[in-house]
Amino acid sequence: MGIEQKLGNMGVVTTRLEQAVNWARTNAMWPMLFGLACCAIEMMSAQASHFDMSRFGMELMRASPRQSDLMIVAGRVSRKMAPVLRRLYDQMPDPKWVIAMGDCAACGGVFNNYAIVQGVDEIVPVDVYVAGCPPRPEALIDGIIMLQDKVKKEKLAQWA
Amino acid sequence: MAELAQIVEKLKTKFSGAMEDVREFRGEFTVRVKPDALVEICAFLRSDPDCVFDFLSDVSGVDYYPEEPRLGVNYHLTSTKFRQQLRLGVRVSLADPRVPTVTSVWPAANWFERETYDLFGVTFVGHPDLRRILLPEDFQGHPLRRDQPLVQEEVQFTHNFDEIDRTKPYAKS
Repeated sequence: MGIEQKLGNMGVVTTRLEQAVNWARTNAMWPMLFGLACCAIEMMSAQASHFDMSRFGMELMRASPRQSDLMIVAGRVSRKMAPVLRRLYDQMPDPKWVIAMGDCAACGGVFNNYAIVQGVDEIVPVDVYVAGCPPRPEALIDGIIMLQDKVKKEKLAQWA
Repeated sequence: MAELAQIVEKLKTKFSGAMEDVREFRGEFTVRVKPDALVEICAFLRSDPDCVFDFLSDVSGVDYYPEEPRLGVNYHLTSTKFRQQLRLGVRVSLADPRVPTVTSVWPAANWFERETYDLFGVTFVGHPDLRRILLPEDFQGHPLRRDQPLVQEEVQFTHNFDEIDRTKPYAKS
């Protein structure tokens, strides 16, 4: 929007820092390899050849929280697992996002009892909730694309 | 002696003072005994050459509310030698839920009794390591008792969403 129009074609694209950073964050989002229940089967399926999440730049599941940006909570979280989940979240470097995949992670689902956390948003802050029991791989991919849209809209002023 | 009826008959004559109830249903026997005599009876059933209940399949707890005494512990015994199965049961009151441990007879009882303690609050006297096994260590109460609330939280619907949303303990980032 300026310099390249005045000086002609120099092979240069100008953009805003905000957009460049958000673009980089969006299209190489590394989810953490963290399956808790049957939703994990759908998550694996979403990564496999039939649905192929790598089309959207998020195929690289990291087994270590230190290397991941995105936590997909795939399944019900028991009260005993909750401190572990929170620790994994705390170990992830900023910026980080959380998707609550499935009804159990979103609100407890059918397990309204003493053993299950009633929604993982009591443990970690959730960005996107994906409904379904379990959600189809398409639904998960849709949730991730929704998260990408959210990340693209992040403002420089909010980073700090 | 491999017939279950004979084993139960032998048990009845030997421990006549400790028997509370003997029930038979389709060839299966359930023997309810007094908690004080439990270890003695278990040791007999395991070591007697006519019984040889050498395998403790399971220990389970029951809450018989509103019957009294309320809490029950059932021992599912198996004889691998004679291919017989027998259930032993004890009943204790909620006010004094103490049952002697049978870990001295079958070491396998260790974790089963921890589970029964965890979920029903039955205290196994003499147990070497009576801690919670399934639930988190800081859990309050014993959830499989009948007086425990059935649900964890009120379910959030459209009509009460805001009301519950205010009290829901959301996490900070």
